[in-house]
Amino acid sequence: MSSYINELLFGIYPYIAILVMILGCILRYDQDPYSWKADSSQLLRSKGMRWGSNLFHIGIILLFFGHLVGLLTPEAIYHLVMSAAVKQKLAMIAGGIFGAMCFIGLTILLWRRITDPRIRATSKFADILILVILYLQLILGLATIPASAQHPDGSSMIALANWAQHIVTFRGGAADFVMGEAFIFKAHIFLGLTIFLIFPFTRLVHMFSAPVKYILRPGYQIVRKRG
Amino acid sequence: MKVRAQIGMVLNLDKCIGCHTCSVTCKNVWTSRAGVEYAWFNNVETKPGVGYPRNWEDQKQWNGGWTRKSSGKIQPKMGGKFRLLSKIFANPDLPEIDDYYEPFTFDYAHLQTSGEAKDMPTARAHSAITGKRMEKPEWGPNWEEILGGEFEKRSRDYNFKDIEKEMFGEFENTFMMYLPRLCEHCLNPACVAACPSGAIYKREEDGIVLIDQDKCRGWRMCVSGCPYKKIYFNWQSGKSEKCTFCYPRIENGEPTVCSETCVGRIRYLGVMLYDADRIEEAASIADEKDLYEAQTDIFLNPSDPEVIAAAKRDGVPDSWLAAAKKSPVYKMAMEWKVAFPLHPEYRTLPMVWYIPPLSPIQSRWEEGQLETDGVIPDVSKLRIPVKYLANLLTAGKEQPVTHALERMLAMRAYMRTKHVDGAPDQGILDHVGLDKPTVEDMYQIMAIANYEDRYVIPTNHKEYAGKTPFDNELAFATRSECGFSFGDGCSGGEMKKSLFGTPTHKNTLNGQIRRQK
Repeated sequence: MSSYINELLFGIYPYIAILVMILGCILRYDQDPYSWKADSSQLLRSKGMRWGSNLFHIGIILLFFGHLVGLLTPEAIYHLVMSAAVKQKLAMIAGGIFGAMCFIGLTILLWRRITDPRIRATSKFADILILVILYLQLILGLATIPASAQHPDGSSMIALANWAQHIVTFRGGAADFVMGEAFIFKAHIFLGLTIFLIFPFTRLVHMFSAPVKYILRPGYQIVRKRG
Repeated sequence: MKVRAQIGMVLNLDKCIGCHTCSVTCKNVWTSRAGVEYAWFNNVETKPGVGYPRNWEDQKQWNGGWTRKSSGKIQPKMGGKFRLLSKIFANPDLPEIDDYYEPFTFDYAHLQTSGEAKDMPTARAHSAITGKRMEKPEWGPNWEEILGGEFEKRSRDYNFKDIEKEMFGEFENTFMMYLPRLCEHCLNPACVAACPSGAIYKREEDGIVLIDQDKCRGWRMCVSGCPYKKIYFNWQSGKSEKCTFCYPRIENGEPTVCSETCVGRIRYLGVMLYDADRIEEAASIADEKDLYEAQTDIFLNPSDPEVIAAAKRDGVPDSWLAAAKKSPVYKMAMEWKVAFPLHPEYRTLPMVWYIPPLSPIQSRWEEGQLETDGVIPDVSKLRIPVKYLANLLTAGKEQPVTHALERMLAMRAYMRTKHVDGAPDQGILDHVGLDKPTVEDMYQIMAIANYEDRYVIPTNHKEYAGKTPFDNELAFATRSECGFSFGDGCSGGEMKKSLFGTPTHKNTLNGQIRRQK
């Protein structure tokens, strides 16, 4: 891959994707709050939700935090606890388990969305698109496990983590870390960035509304004053 | 004591003729949109029956309402906050649309476009969701209309608890009544408690429970939390919707649409004052049979000088205090004790109350084998079993229902002696502990039911919204703005293309079937 394209995809595209996500979300939340929702389809068909939705959501949340911690923890910090090789093994095992959960769940959900006449009829283009992209991304992610296994010393993992850390800290030359890595990693990163890009235009925005405040709400009742 | 006011409603089931005018006018105003075709903020059920959605009353199935823990505290029956959030990905307590009914419309166009054929063309039912032809609708908001369907199925009615129900399947013993249902605008709403987004709230000034459509994220916990199943998930907008108690009308001192259009004049609206500090205490009473009385205990007497002083301190406007004194709801619920809450055992402290219906005296009676105490007929001889009404209205406690029915019978008997015989029989009143002015007032309000006696609704007093009364900024900020809208300016929520999701469905209530792709 020419270094220009590499720089474009892994040095510049990340910023475009993240910027679109942030501005898009602000715009949507401000201008069209009525559209901000989880868009559950359980009312129309609950079959497949119990296994599909639970496995998918639990799996993907764990994968998300796994990526977050795994990519952004500086080397110096995790070396206090474990070596890179151990960390990579941990990532492969945990990622494999959570990925498998997510894969089973997502398979059920995608099948349900495409084959159930009610769900199909009420699906917006973005609803199907995002499920398909997540499915592909998950398969790519699972496919990186054998690729990682070829570098048991954790060298690929370190390169990718460096890329991510350089991106989020606005340091130049981030794309150079990815340059020599296997195609499967690059594809996984690119598709991941694309998910950021389309994030505000899909139902994914409900992530930001995870009802953590519910736990902190004093008591159960809410009374609003006149106004 | 913290005094709050609420516009309560009473429905006099004794006069309901089951015409569904309330449901139809409500539907035309509020739910004639895509995604809520199946939703009836107001529906009328024939009882006994399992209702809409199927078997809604049975909280063993749906986990709605509240439960009292061994510690004496109450929590949503769905579970505490963590348990409830654990259901967020897939809610096991959520009804499916088939529990209500799959919305449909008829293919009327086919009648004109079918071309020449041997048989008459027919307009077949098509699903409003998929557009596919439906062989037959299988359920709806009034499916058991006038005892439709087999007794075997209808008798699964939750209100047959502790009743030998087999005999009521026989023609001679059958009974029925109508139950118009809407959101109860509870004092202790379980939907508010279950909402993870904090989008549902109770209005301090008039007690109306609303869903903030911009804050609702569609976690659908309220649908399960409400034991009356009066929150509906709009499958097109992805947000929950509910009866608004026609708040734009109430704010202007007008009755709700269902009340305004009620042909039988069965609905009453009036102010109730209550002590907000004692809500939790009342909802947490150990024995569920005491819940009806516990709720009446937190209602405050609008003529008590102490209550009036406290109410003024807590910001209840004078016009509301004046209206509270004339409130037909207060009279029926508190003074005459003829109105009762619907299923107090859910611990929600509902604010739409019901006067139980009288019913024909059993046939044995008519054959002359009178069992009477000599003054009025024995209420146990009414065709509708008192126990059934008690299961509906007082968590199974029969005494208050019997007392109310006796008073209603006495009112009839007394007025009959007055108007037909020309000699009012004071003995009847003494028998049930009523005096002449009270029974005359009951007659005026319950039987004659003039418009101004049924609806005593003070206006909202928006000028009190600010920190100081008549805060110009607040009182007039919304003047000349568009009224009810869907968070998209004044456009009224119709179909529009958007980067953030264009609706997939158009309104099908116009009779146009959905084209399949």
